[in-house]
Amino acid sequence: MDRFEFSSGRLQPEEYLVSKFSNVRLYDGDEKTSFEHGDVLFTNLRLIWCRNSNDFSIQPVLSLSYSLITYVLIDVHSRKLKKKLIINLSDTYKPSNPGPVLTSPFNYVKLSFKENVDENFVGNLDEVINEHHKNESSKSGNAPTRIKLRTGIVGIERSIHEKNKVTDESITVAFQDLSKLMTMAKDMVVISKTISDKICNHQGEISEDETVKFKSYLLSLGIEDPVTRNRVQNENQFYENLAKEISKILLGTIKEIGGMMVLTDAYCRVNRARGLELLSPDDFLNASKLMDQLSLPLKLRVFDSGVMVLQLLSHDDQILVRETVLLLRNHSSMSPQELSTLVKIPVSLAKERLIVAEKFGRACRDESIEGLRFHVNFFLENRS
Amino acid sequence: MAEINWPWQYNFPPFFTIQPNKETQKLQLDAWKSLVLDYCRSTKQCVIDVREANNSPVFHNAAISRKLPPEGILLVLEELAASGNAEPLDKTKTRWFIFWRTLQELASIIHTWAKDNGFTNTVCTFYELTNTPDQEFSGIDEDVLQKALKELEKQGKAEVILSPEINGVKFF
Repeated sequence: MDRFEFSSGRLQPEEYLVSKFSNVRLYDGDEKTSFEHGDVLFTNLRLIWCRNSNDFSIQPVLSLSYSLITYVLIDVHSRKLKKKLIINLSDTYKPSNPGPVLTSPFNYVKLSFKENVDENFVGNLDEVINEHHKNESSKSGNAPTRIKLRTGIVGIERSIHEKNKVTDESITVAFQDLSKLMTMAKDMVVISKTISDKICNHQGEISEDETVKFKSYLLSLGIEDPVTRNRVQNENQFYENLAKEISKILLGTIKEIGGMMVLTDAYCRVNRARGLELLSPDDFLNASKLMDQLSLPLKLRVFDSGVMVLQLLSHDDQILVRETVLLLRNHSSMSPQELSTLVKIPVSLAKERLIVAEKFGRACRDESIEGLRFHVNFFLENRS
Repeated sequence: MAEINWPWQYNFPPFFTIQPNKETQKLQLDAWKSLVLDYCRSTKQCVIDVREANNSPVFHNAAISRKLPPEGILLVLEELAASGNAEPLDKTKTRWFIFWRTLQELASIIHTWAKDNGFTNTVCTFYELTNTPDQEFSGIDEDVLQKALKELEKQGKAEVILSPEINGVKFF
């Protein structure tokens, strides 16, 4: 009852009358009040109680804003008669204008009608009230941005802080998505694995060739179980596992291309295979350095020039030099570029190969304005 | 000018690049040394200037357009000096004497010649010596000749007589 306020009965410009009932008594909670035999008017904004509704627009009336009403329902105790309406009130706010009662222990008021209350009417009223709440909240939602507090440096700092918080949140959300994608990728790999297994079991229907082909596709898609930092206890273990993984992925390829792969190429290949859980160059290098200790089939080799390669453990410089010299003999002289196109290896690697041959005394260099070329070491071979 | 018998290395392009491999480089420099000495003997050239050396065909093979770079030339000359076949004229090492015979060899050759031809206890001018036909020392630079005779003097087999007008030597 303390949320009623005295106000003018005159309707506001956007206000309109919804319905009207006469001979209504107000209850404060369950207690009768002196406000009886009055008229009740429901507008789109508020509830009005007045002595006489004929000239309610000029006299002071009791009004209750819909924003204070949480919900309405028909009194259960008088269900048979259905003459009472319970109006539950929110306890957050008190009206600014004085009202008939200052304080009240009750959080609801009742309206007692002469006739039964139509249930449809109650439904409509509820809707109107909800509509009002919605408008209210959308208005109040806009309000803080309009009257933003910007007092001096503190205000600016606060707004910057606010902005940072928002970005932080959006970043977190973005990365959540990424991790979701990762887990999805894992599922995808599992699916492809089961498919390949199934294909293996049904070899009668699909030829051996196709199975192998499909498997190779799957392999080129990625590694089923990439080693990541999260899964291991310490850095060392991470590098060790990584080294094993790298040598597993690259062993076949390196054998194919002649036993040596430039580290940068290897790095690209491994990251390509991993797909999402990308490695940093540092991690890759550290893992490669460990290969020797782990007695893996690959090892890191650093040439004098600083070029780094992964090479087979079984790799023998002597054999390579012999091959290089044979090529030199056939072509009389060769630049690193020519060798690289001839045996399909990177130029840097071709140069290293020639320099190794030179180191073994099997080749010699010719440096001129035309560039660096290598010849068979006739100084040694023609020695009489 | 006598025909020079160019070695096979002269047409081998890597010959004109100092080889980083030490073993190969040693063989290369040996070839260079004999080439330079052969060339100087044929052309009776006794002084090489590093700055002008690239104009000389010995260090510049126009046919395959390869030049030995100045550092390479210096390296060859220093190798020659180590075996007594060269000597820098100045401290900056731009001009070098080339001795196609080492001074000791040259000294003994001259002394043998003098003995064989009965010039002992006689005085010979430098001019006479350098203009003797068909000898190792014919056409030799007088400075080089003087250095060789100084060697003989040390051994007590000759005495060099230097005067502003004419230089001579007395063999014992």
